[in-house]
Amino acid sequence: MTNNTSLTNGASQAATADTALVPKTGSHFDRKGLVQMALLGLLLLVPVAAYFLGHIYYVNLASRITIIAMAAVGLNLAIGYGGMVSFGHAAYFGLGGYVAGISAYHAFDLTPFMTWPFSLPGSDSLLVVWLVAALLCALLALAIGAISLRTTGVYFIMITLAFAQMIYYFANSWPTYGGEDGLPIYIRNTLPLVDSSNALTYFLICFVGLVLAMAITSRLMKSRFGAALTMARLNDVRLATAGISPYPIRLVAFVISAAITGLAGALYADLNGFVSPNMLSWHFSGELMVIVILGGVGRLYGPLAGAVLFVMMETFLGGVTQYWQLFLGLVLLGVVLFAKHGVMGWLAGRERNE
Amino acid sequence: MSVTLLIEQLLNGVQLGTMLFLMASGLTLVFGVMGLINLAHGSFYMVGAYATAAVTASTGSFLIGLGAGMAAAAMVGALVELLVIRRLYHRPHLDQVLATFALILIFSEGTRWIFGSSPMRLSPPSWLTGFVTLPGDTRYPIYRLMLIGVGIVISIALYFLISKTRLGMRIRAGESDREMIGALGVNISKLYTVVFALGAGLAGLAGALVGALQSVQVGMGEPVLILAFVVIVIGGIGSIKGALLGALLVGVVDTLGRVYLPIFFRAFMPPSEATGVGAALAAMLIYILMAVILAFKPKGLFSAHD
Repeated sequence: MTNNTSLTNGASQAATADTALVPKTGSHFDRKGLVQMALLGLLLLVPVAAYFLGHIYYVNLASRITIIAMAAVGLNLAIGYGGMVSFGHAAYFGLGGYVAGISAYHAFDLTPFMTWPFSLPGSDSLLVVWLVAALLCALLALAIGAISLRTTGVYFIMITLAFAQMIYYFANSWPTYGGEDGLPIYIRNTLPLVDSSNALTYFLICFVGLVLAMAITSRLMKSRFGAALTMARLNDVRLATAGISPYPIRLVAFVISAAITGLAGALYADLNGFVSPNMLSWHFSGELMVIVILGGVGRLYGPLAGAVLFVMMETFLGGVTQYWQLFLGLVLLGVVLFAKHGVMGWLAGRERNE
Repeated sequence: MSVTLLIEQLLNGVQLGTMLFLMASGLTLVFGVMGLINLAHGSFYMVGAYATAAVTASTGSFLIGLGAGMAAAAMVGALVELLVIRRLYHRPHLDQVLATFALILIFSEGTRWIFGSSPMRLSPPSWLTGFVTLPGDTRYPIYRLMLIGVGIVISIALYFLISKTRLGMRIRAGESDREMIGALGVNISKLYTVVFALGAGLAGLAGALVGALQSVQVGMGEPVLILAFVVIVIGGIGSIKGALLGALLVGVVDTLGRVYLPIFFRAFMPPSEATGVGAALAAMLIYILMAVILAFKPKGLFSAHD
């Protein structure tokens, strides 16, 4: 036990021994709590300051970090907490993005999305877009998960990858919504009461989304369901012996994970005013995994730390050399081979059971 | 819509299948023997193609280029195994995926750095251009026919290597029990390097052969890698026989789907819509095939590990 916070948490440790990887509710003023508050605080304060100094570019950069972090929070629920190495989360990210894009396309053109068996118009309301994106991603994940979770290990990795590729190629060759050229969103979808086209407002919307996604993950992992999911990862035979079947537990976690990533995708499409098959590509699935691992897998703040690091590297290293991905590869190789606990493990100390 | 078209497309499908087999056999061997999932296999495909293009351009001989490409890919494979891959054998699959994903980034950007972003020229030698006339008046490119021939030769050679030689005996032993053959005194780490280099060399050969047909560019290995994954998932991971059948199945279904699905939809749809729907469905066809096979056989058609 190398954890420097274990002394202060000795009592709660015994009580939650079975749910070892559940994020612990320690004091907010230990090292880990401080690092987490600093991360979230900086993410909020820097764009607000940038906005009032007139640097809209940095506000949008912060929105990008926030949205990617949210997508990674979704993936972390599957990989980190559930032990399901999904290599196809770009499918949900992209589907969420296409919901925003297609809905705005029909709302802009005043054409119905479909006329049979009932007429369904497009909508430029963000609330409608989010609801539909989350629901459709959940349904897609239910179908993909139901087949993929029958397998484990390498099969699971490859099958989730293959299904995501299927959707990628479908979007690529379906001409109605732009095919491989993608689909522009001319006017950002709207919310009642606030002006979503304002950069700072949109950042705050994304920020609330990220915090909600993290809060949901945290609540979920502290619940009975979270304990069962942790045990499904650590020892599914033992879970089955306790009378809980691992398959539905995993499937539900997979579906929630996909819905969170899908919502992030919808936010991303509206941020960029554009959606294309690139959002569905396997490269993006890989990048999301990289972010989760860079930050620290199975840690509540890991995806955020990873997203900050990744987007910063992409922006600043990418500004220096067009071959920045070469260096990303070297960093990633180093992290995987030598520093398994990610940025959060390095900054905030290891989790208890590592 | 004729017999000629059908024969031509069937041959195209078989040709795609044999090239997929060259990729998939290496992937499935590496997984079967070492338990490793290797995303960087597509990079060896690319390395083979680039090396072939560079050597063919400087020597003027396609055959020398081909040999150099295969050797370069095998050597790069051996080097990667020694430096990186052997640290991953006892790691979880997640680490293997990420480390080999990192290798893809390094190889792709490194290649772009050295050779630039524009595609390289590589074309088949003059004695392999032209057409042959097959029974039924089908004219078919000699080069593609040669690819099928190479695929058949390699399949037979692999069969003999694995079932008749001492190396093959060790590979088969490694697939059924890794610890035991180490305990029996076989130099396991050397065996791993050899198997990995063999797989990389075959991928490099496939890259070089297909590169002359399409184009030699950065990222060319990635679509093929994902098709090869579908192939080995369908065939059963670790099984060479499964890889062969899976590759032919995927090659033929994919090729025929792309030609005949739009024609099929044109029978009861306006042509422009039919082309779109047909193309979109054709792009999904092999994944649907995979889903159906997995729904009945979650471990693939010929699983080596039950």
